[in-house]
Amino acid sequence: MSKEKKESVIESSIKRKYKLQAKDVKVWYGDFMAIKGISMDIKPNKVTAFIGPSGCGKSTFLRLFNRMNDYVDGFKMDGKINIDGSNINAKDINVELLRKQVGMVFQKPNPFPKSIFENVAYGLKIQGLKDKKFLEERVESSLKQVALWDEVKNDLNKSALALSGGQQQRLCIARTLAVEPSIILMDEPTSALDPISTAKIEELIYKLKDKYTIVIVTHNMQQASRISDNTAFFYLGELIEYDKTNKIFTNPEKQQTENYITGRFG
Amino acid sequence: MLNLEDHREILNQSGLEMFQLVRKQFIKSKEAFLNHDSDLAEEVLHTENRVNGMDLKLDRECERFIALHNPVASDLRFVLALRKINFDLERIGDHAYGISSYIVEVDTPVNKEVLEKLDFEEMYKAALSMLDDIRDAYKSGNAKKARKVFKKDKILNKINLKSFGVISEEVQKDPKLIDQYLLLFSVIKKIERVGDLITNIGEEIIFYLEAEVLKHRKKKGPSKSSK
Repeated sequence: MSKEKKESVIESSIKRKYKLQAKDVKVWYGDFMAIKGISMDIKPNKVTAFIGPSGCGKSTFLRLFNRMNDYVDGFKMDGKINIDGSNINAKDINVELLRKQVGMVFQKPNPFPKSIFENVAYGLKIQGLKDKKFLEERVESSLKQVALWDEVKNDLNKSALALSGGQQQRLCIARTLAVEPSIILMDEPTSALDPISTAKIEELIYKLKDKYTIVIVTHNMQQASRISDNTAFFYLGELIEYDKTNKIFTNPEKQQTENYITGRFG
Repeated sequence: MLNLEDHREILNQSGLEMFQLVRKQFIKSKEAFLNHDSDLAEEVLHTENRVNGMDLKLDRECERFIALHNPVASDLRFVLALRKINFDLERIGDHAYGISSYIVEVDTPVNKEVLEKLDFEEMYKAALSMLDDIRDAYKSGNAKKARKVFKKDKILNKINLKSFGVISEEVQKDPKLIDQYLLLFSVIKKIERVGDLITNIGEEIIFYLEAEVLKHRKKKGPSKSSK
């Protein structure tokens, strides 16, 4: 096998093995160093939880995967972020296309002041898709995926703002799914929800991992242990420990991790 | 509402109390058997209620700890281990009760010479020393001490193995005493079982301290490298 062919085989095997890769990533906001050289590989179709105290850099790190930090004042990054083996910070990368591939769900549900239908179809319409039947089908399948269809199928033209908090968050996830991303980033998606809505979102995350790679930032230790396959513990801009969730929550390697997850931090 | 740290300390202390209580029961059952002291045996039978009560209380506290604190990592291992340790201690208490019941029911003391042939006192001594080691290991969180009991358990197993031959020989010599020898054989089995329960506790302490599962594995005594 030629050297080029060998390299291409290795590259494609890495692509299959890791959906997301961070290589010695450093981030600054002005003079403040928020991420201090983190390397991490995230496998496809897994739920990966980022945990750590406030200000540890986990949300900053999460937002690197769809370049949401680009517009933050003073943001500067060093290192490499790869998705399916390709550098997402390369000059020729279309950021809009990147964000289509990497969807994001935020802490507070943020539906647009539009109808339920329009909310889910929004991303598709922005892409220029206008076929009514196609849009209807995609809205229905997206709402079904988040188990919201039965609750709203007769009210698709009602304002999304009339939905409960939990329903709004599921709607936002449906809006993300409608554009068919392969990765979903979630930044504390249930912190503003009651336990029943939280349970529904968690169940949804569990189902979605068959199709998507999910990375979730959470302050809820039980949530991380319930829903994730792998957990990463961040502290002061560093990745302290990254392992299978089962290992992290039963026998972490590092004392800092143990102290944090058992609530003995500081 | 207790915080996790305080609640864990209460559990730890309750575990120690259970150790103390069961140890006393076991020592009394030994004295009662060797001296054929039915009053002391009665005392053991009477105290069994306390052991059972303590067992239920500790079980409930462990459940409450899990429900209220959602423990993880070493806290989780601690409470899981303690539930099993409690179960094993309660079983040791049952064996002390069983041995004492024989004394109350049987009139004639067992022949001292036969007990000597069996190394019966040595067996009791080894079991008690294992119980002390394991209590100390629990109290001080010392996995090395916990490992000690695996080696000592072999003494009990050896005496237990030997007992069949010695007892069958004695029965052949004097078949009239068969009831007494069957009783003795049963007591030896109980002490041997106490040794097994203590090694189970050792496994649980090591699981809690080092997250190592030793169940169904060949056990090794303490090594230089172990904590």
